[in-house]
Amino acid sequence: MITTYLFYLLTFLAIMFAIRVVSTKNPIHSVLYLVMTFFAIAGHYVLLNAQFLAAVHIIVYAGAIMVLFLFLIMLLNLNKETEPHKSVWLKTSAVVASGLLLLVLVGALKGASTIQATNTFNPNIGLIENLGKTLFNDFLLPFELSSVLLLSAMVGAVMLGKKSIK
Amino acid sequence: MSAIQIIPIEWYLLLSTVLFTIGVAGVMLRRNAIIIFMSVELMLNAVNLLLVAFSSYLSDSKGQVFVFFIMAVAAAEVAVGLAILMMVYRNTKSSDINILNKLKW
Amino acid sequence: MIKLVWLIPLLPLIGFIIIGLFGKKLSKGIVGTIGSGVILGSFIISLGIFFELKGGVQKEYTIELFNWISAGKLSIPFSFLIDPLSSLFLLIITGIGFLIHLYSTGYMSHDEGFSRFFAYLNLFIFFMLLLVMGSNYLIMFVGWEGVGLCSYLLIGFWFKNTAYNNAAKKAFVMNRVGDLGFLLGIILIFVTFGSIGYNDVFEQAKNMASGNPTITAITLLLFIGAMGKSAQLPLYTWLPDAMAGPTPVSALIHAATMVTAGIYMIARSNILYTLSPTAMSVVAIIGICTALFAATIGLAQNDIKKVLAYSTVSQLGYMFLALGVGAYTGAVFHVMTHAFFKALLFLGAGSVIHAMSGEQDIRKMGGLGKYIPVTHITFLIGTLAIAGCFPLSGFFSKDEILAHAFEHNKLLWFLGVLGAAMTTFYMFRLYFLTFKNKFRGTHEQEHHLHESPKSMTIPLMILAVLSVVGGLVGIPAVLGGTHFLEEFLSPVFEASSFRLVHHLSHETEYILMGVATVVMIGSIYYAYTTYVKKATLPDAEGEDLKPAHKLIYNKYWVDEIYEKLITKPLNFIADAFHRMVDNQIVDGLVNGVGTAVNWMSGTIRFAQTGNIGFYIFVMVISIVLILFTQLF
Repeated sequence: MITTYLFYLLTFLAIMFAIRVVSTKNPIHSVLYLVMTFFAIAGHYVLLNAQFLAAVHIIVYAGAIMVLFLFLIMLLNLNKETEPHKSVWLKTSAVVASGLLLLVLVGALKGASTIQATNTFNPNIGLIENLGKTLFNDFLLPFELSSVLLLSAMVGAVMLGKKSIK
Repeated sequence: MSAIQIIPIEWYLLLSTVLFTIGVAGVMLRRNAIIIFMSVELMLNAVNLLLVAFSSYLSDSKGQVFVFFIMAVAAAEVAVGLAILMMVYRNTKSSDINILNKLKW
Repeated sequence: MIKLVWLIPLLPLIGFIIIGLFGKKLSKGIVGTIGSGVILGSFIISLGIFFELKGGVQKEYTIELFNWISAGKLSIPFSFLIDPLSSLFLLIITGIGFLIHLYSTGYMSHDEGFSRFFAYLNLFIFFMLLLVMGSNYLIMFVGWEGVGLCSYLLIGFWFKNTAYNNAAKKAFVMNRVGDLGFLLGIILIFVTFGSIGYNDVFEQAKNMASGNPTITAITLLLFIGAMGKSAQLPLYTWLPDAMAGPTPVSALIHAATMVTAGIYMIARSNILYTLSPTAMSVVAIIGICTALFAATIGLAQNDIKKVLAYSTVSQLGYMFLALGVGAYTGAVFHVMTHAFFKALLFLGAGSVIHAMSGEQDIRKMGGLGKYIPVTHITFLIGTLAIAGCFPLSGFFSKDEILAHAFEHNKLLWFLGVLGAAMTTFYMFRLYFLTFKNKFRGTHEQEHHLHESPKSMTIPLMILAVLSVVGGLVGIPAVLGGTHFLEEFLSPVFEASSFRLVHHLSHETEYILMGVATVVMIGSIYYAYTTYVKKATLPDAEGEDLKPAHKLIYNKYWVDEIYEKLITKPLNFIADAFHRMVDNQIVDGLVNGVGTAVNWMSGTIRFAQTGNIGFYIFVMVISIVLILFTQLF
């Protein structure tokens, strides 16, 4: 039972924080709410027996990516006053459009045939050992390629961040 | 006791959809490029959550490995994207995407 | 040798490609050598094939090169048919073609379009070879159109002259009229026989009844094609105008080879024609009418090449007469001898024009005999040959045609002899006016008179020899010969020959030959008294002529009648269509589409605001719509 309650709680938190991310005026607050959302999602990961992934998620997103966001916002000195606003009409239409999207997506998922869960439930797939075996057996090439991607992203970021390109 | 044995997969589908839609709404609602960026991250996470849910549901660790890759790509994307935003800000003194409207007739 | 047959058309094509691509960079000597050399190569192979056919047991080879068109029921291989008929034409085309190439190296040596000329000539030979070598009507048609194109290019060779260009266009357009008939004929053949290969069609046709209306329709349509290409009434007017081209072209294309394509085609389809007496009669009547009609016009022409052109039309008429009375061998025989002496005459005329520095009017010549002796002698031989003087080549072929005509219908024979008399007269008129009496040109021209170079006189001499001995391949039995040609061609005309049996007593044949000879001598004598003894000159331009003279001098006003009757109304209709349909409807449609697109894009481009938020909004709405329409 406790699992069910946890699920409801985490779901509620995730959705609430997510809504706050897009609705709050202050960019700093947005970032913080997003971090909270990520924590809620990490909780879901734990519930799903993906403990290692949950840890990585926290480290990468909350620890690295969101800190980058924070840095940027502080560097650019953005705050509530500098935040640009859209007209009410535009905001209404945006909300209506996304509401329609939600309706259509939910409708589409309702119509989809549900797959049968495998009988042999294995709680250990989220462990580092299993994940590592899969990663280095089946996905070795993509793994190596992702290192190239990260390298090129780093080079790109450095080049863009320079004051002027000679 | 794992959630997947109690909670039906449809719930996770629904949660992911809601999070994704909030991300879409954020992209449409806001003009601040950084917030839009964060909304995109939110959408990515909605998809990640679904992948993990399916992975557990099907007892297949490939889905979780996929999430790793998505994280790697997201990290790269954020690094480059934020650098671009820096440049934009340097040139326009603003993070408003509506200023970037030169690409038209 | 038969294995090398594909080289025959390929060599001229290679020559065309080399000269056409690099002609500007090569010297005239190299261009001339390549141009003539490739034709010589084809000639040698043709000669080998000829002897192989003559000596061998097998008289017919089909060499399939590749599968050309294959769609549904239609399957057309690209293959060559080598039998006595095509091998004889191969010899004529490559042999005369080579001599004329050789002649051209001298005749065109001062022309700036030298390499272009040789490229066209080689291309022409290529297409002409395709025409006679193809084993089905489609390849013949390709060659047929190809030679038409080359004819157009070469008539308008000096394209800076508008009149020459108009002559080229006239030839092209008039040939299209005939080609349409030919094409319809081919289509009808396909519909009727389910194939357009010679072997299939003739094999089926052999078993058909005589007078089948479909066959009559096919043969008449094919004959329309022949009318255009071989300049028969009423589509002959382009040939005299085609003399605008360089003289070697007139000799090669408009006398020796291309214009005989129609005869080749009918001789090739002889079975079909034999099956249709109606079509045969039409061919014979058109042939004799053309022969007489053109001969009368020839009587009063003053341009040396125009006389020869009308003479060609007239001689082609004889060939069609021969085909029409079933003398297929006679027609082919005459094609051969005519190729010899008419090429000789044209080249001789070219040599005269060369000596006269471009003057073509025979009223301004005269007495050239002592200045250009080689040309003079060879021209005389050619004239005697065309007149049908025993034992030159023209005698035998013309005699064969007239004998068959006599047997078929006495009236046709009489008209034929009449035409022969006229031919003799105008040819000797031409000869006497050009080479006898005193020189009538300017002093400057007289000073410039000179014999042509060796490259021009040698072909003349060879052709003169051929004109003399060419008839020996067809000495009829009545004169103690075996008629080698008839024997050689017999496999081709086998299917027709048992339907057309010939029997003339030897006495009758002797009488016919005697009559022809007497008539010829009489004509020569009359021409001699008129133009040498009395030294009469044709009336100068603009003088008042007697009505009959005026009629033929102006070529029966056929060109003017065509102009009034066909060209003017057509132009009027075309103009009306241009103004109404083209300018209003077609242009309106095209411009309307343009305007609509312009207006719409002008409107829609405002949707491209450059506002990223708007783009995303539209994108989301679109996703919703797409999912909605796809899923529900």
